[in-house]
Amino acid sequence: MTEFLFFLEVVVAGLLAGTMYSLVALGFVLIYKASSTFNFAQGAMVFFAVLAFVGFMELGLPFVVAFFVTILLMGLVGFCTERLVLNPLMNQSEDTLLMATIGLGFVLEGLAQAAWGVEVRRLDLGIGDFPIPWIIDTTGLFISALDLTAGLVAAILIVGLALIFKYTKMGLGLRAVADDPGAASSIGIPLGNIMLLVWTAAGIVALVAGMMWGARAGVQFALVDLALKALPVLIIGGFSSIPGAIVGGLIIGASEKVLEVYVGPYFGGAIEGWAPYVLAIFFLLWRPEGLFGEKIIRRV
Amino acid sequence: MNAKTVFMGYTRGDIVNFAVAIILALVIVPMVVKTDYWYSSILIPWLCLALAAVGQQIVMGYAGQLALGAAGFMAAGAFACFNLILRVPYIPFPLALVFSGLIAAAFGVLFGLPSLRVRGIYLMVATLASQFFIIWMIDKFGWFKNYDTSGIITAQDIVIFGKPFTTPLEMYLVVVVVVMVLTVLAINMTRGSTGRSWMAVRDMDIAAESMGISLLKTKLQAFAISAFFCGVAGALFAFTYLKSLEPVAFDIKLSFKILFMVILGGLGTINGAFIGAAFILLFPVLLNSIGNNVFHGAIDSTIISSIEQVVFGVLIIVFLIFEPLGMAKLYDNIKQKFRGGSAPKDKKKRELDAASSEAG
Repeated sequence: MTEFLFFLEVVVAGLLAGTMYSLVALGFVLIYKASSTFNFAQGAMVFFAVLAFVGFMELGLPFVVAFFVTILLMGLVGFCTERLVLNPLMNQSEDTLLMATIGLGFVLEGLAQAAWGVEVRRLDLGIGDFPIPWIIDTTGLFISALDLTAGLVAAILIVGLALIFKYTKMGLGLRAVADDPGAASSIGIPLGNIMLLVWTAAGIVALVAGMMWGARAGVQFALVDLALKALPVLIIGGFSSIPGAIVGGLIIGASEKVLEVYVGPYFGGAIEGWAPYVLAIFFLLWRPEGLFGEKIIRRV
Repeated sequence: MNAKTVFMGYTRGDIVNFAVAIILALVIVPMVVKTDYWYSSILIPWLCLALAAVGQQIVMGYAGQLALGAAGFMAAGAFACFNLILRVPYIPFPLALVFSGLIAAAFGVLFGLPSLRVRGIYLMVATLASQFFIIWMIDKFGWFKNYDTSGIITAQDIVIFGKPFTTPLEMYLVVVVVVMVLTVLAINMTRGSTGRSWMAVRDMDIAAESMGISLLKTKLQAFAISAFFCGVAGALFAFTYLKSLEPVAFDIKLSFKILFMVILGGLGTINGAFIGAAFILLFPVLLNSIGNNVFHGAIDSTIISSIEQVVFGVLIIVFLIFEPLGMAKLYDNIKQKFRGGSAPKDKKKRELDAASSEAG
């Protein structure tokens, strides 16, 4: 029984850590849905956003003000990206856009470090990263408050975004743009505005993800590498699906922990670094479009 | 192409270029360059990274497969070379280099397998797996590092036919010869049927397949050869530039650097790999010296490296927008201008000219 409980604990810890990946993956999905651009810079955006947030807090701004100023800043980043990068590259191949966003990622990382320095910052959200006693008493599971908050925030963001996509006029426009940008703009949907909105939304998601990661591991450059882990999440979930990002994150989180605990010792440990990628490769062979993605149809 | 072939399919221009390169690399440079700094800090790393960039160019620029794991293959090559020299008695260095390239190539085939099913970003993620897996493997299994616990292993001396090559100039000569041989090989491949099939797969894989090109063979071949180049480059990089073996030196940052060399240099050109490598390597040197000499160290070195990152990123975007063919194309344009005196013709015009001259 205790063994099973231990297993359960590993899985739960993995699932909760997985929501953190989901948060990062969500930003990718938003942009991919609207523009079929794979935004490699999302990881850099996470880093940029949370570093800016911490930077504003250090200037003495109160929490809420710093939060909104950062959102404005991310809107500005989105605006510049749309005007200076995406617009000139319109109708280019997906690979070209992908390379451009790699460049964008480098710009954001560099700017963030030039503006706010490279030292590791602490971010205190007032949520403890320790197990909640009440849950230990009732179920025997060790679950940290921060993990729980991250899960909750992820859930709220996802439901919110899903509702916006489904029921608002803007969401409809967004889906139209995703489907066929040419047709959408010819019936009067403002392409630029939609893109700006999407990038701002991705910026907000990046900020939230960054805050969660930052509260756990400190605000530092390693966040960019952590964000790379969102890639296997996306491959498993599918690039264009919001639920996919969540499920993918949960799968990666849980399997990564389970593999590390049960299989890792046979390989000398620390397999967390590459296990998600290998998992993603097997997934690619089985189901290249991901669990929830649309089937990829290529026309010649 | 209306230039006449003079010798075994090479035009006169090729032979002149080759002769100039040999004289420049083996006679003029050793005569003119006297300081060790130039050899060990600029020429050697440039040539090594350019060789890796040629590998990246083959898989990405020619075969059109978006791979991001060059540094992983370099690590495989470097540690293979270390172990071969350590464990195989009397193995000559050139043979060890070839074998380390082959071992890297085996990894290339293994991690190139997903390319048969996926492309673009999907492939990129799959190749990232190779990057993380190879580094982890070397780090975790003591055997690869000969159970050295210090983390930094000194590379063995290069000995060829009993003669040690240890001074910077001697090491430079080793590197330059290897790089030249492999570059000529790469140029040959890209011009021959191998390269044509790569480009056919790059431009439209389904059409290529219907022409009878085997996608399986072509893609895996590109991955294998690319990894071979990276493996040899990695071994040279570790043995002549780093002079030590540490997995950290081959992290994902190096993979990105090599990717940038290829994009900035110009996709689909061998020149581009060399030009891009020179730029990526020299720009930070330039920036640092500006920081030291103009601002007298008033700017923090972390700020300088941040600026460097921003400039690389901006340049990538600018080149993708304005000159997707990269610096190699810019160089061609300048050359044309000096040669012909007239404005360079754009690609389409040249193709039309070629077509009309063939018809006439």
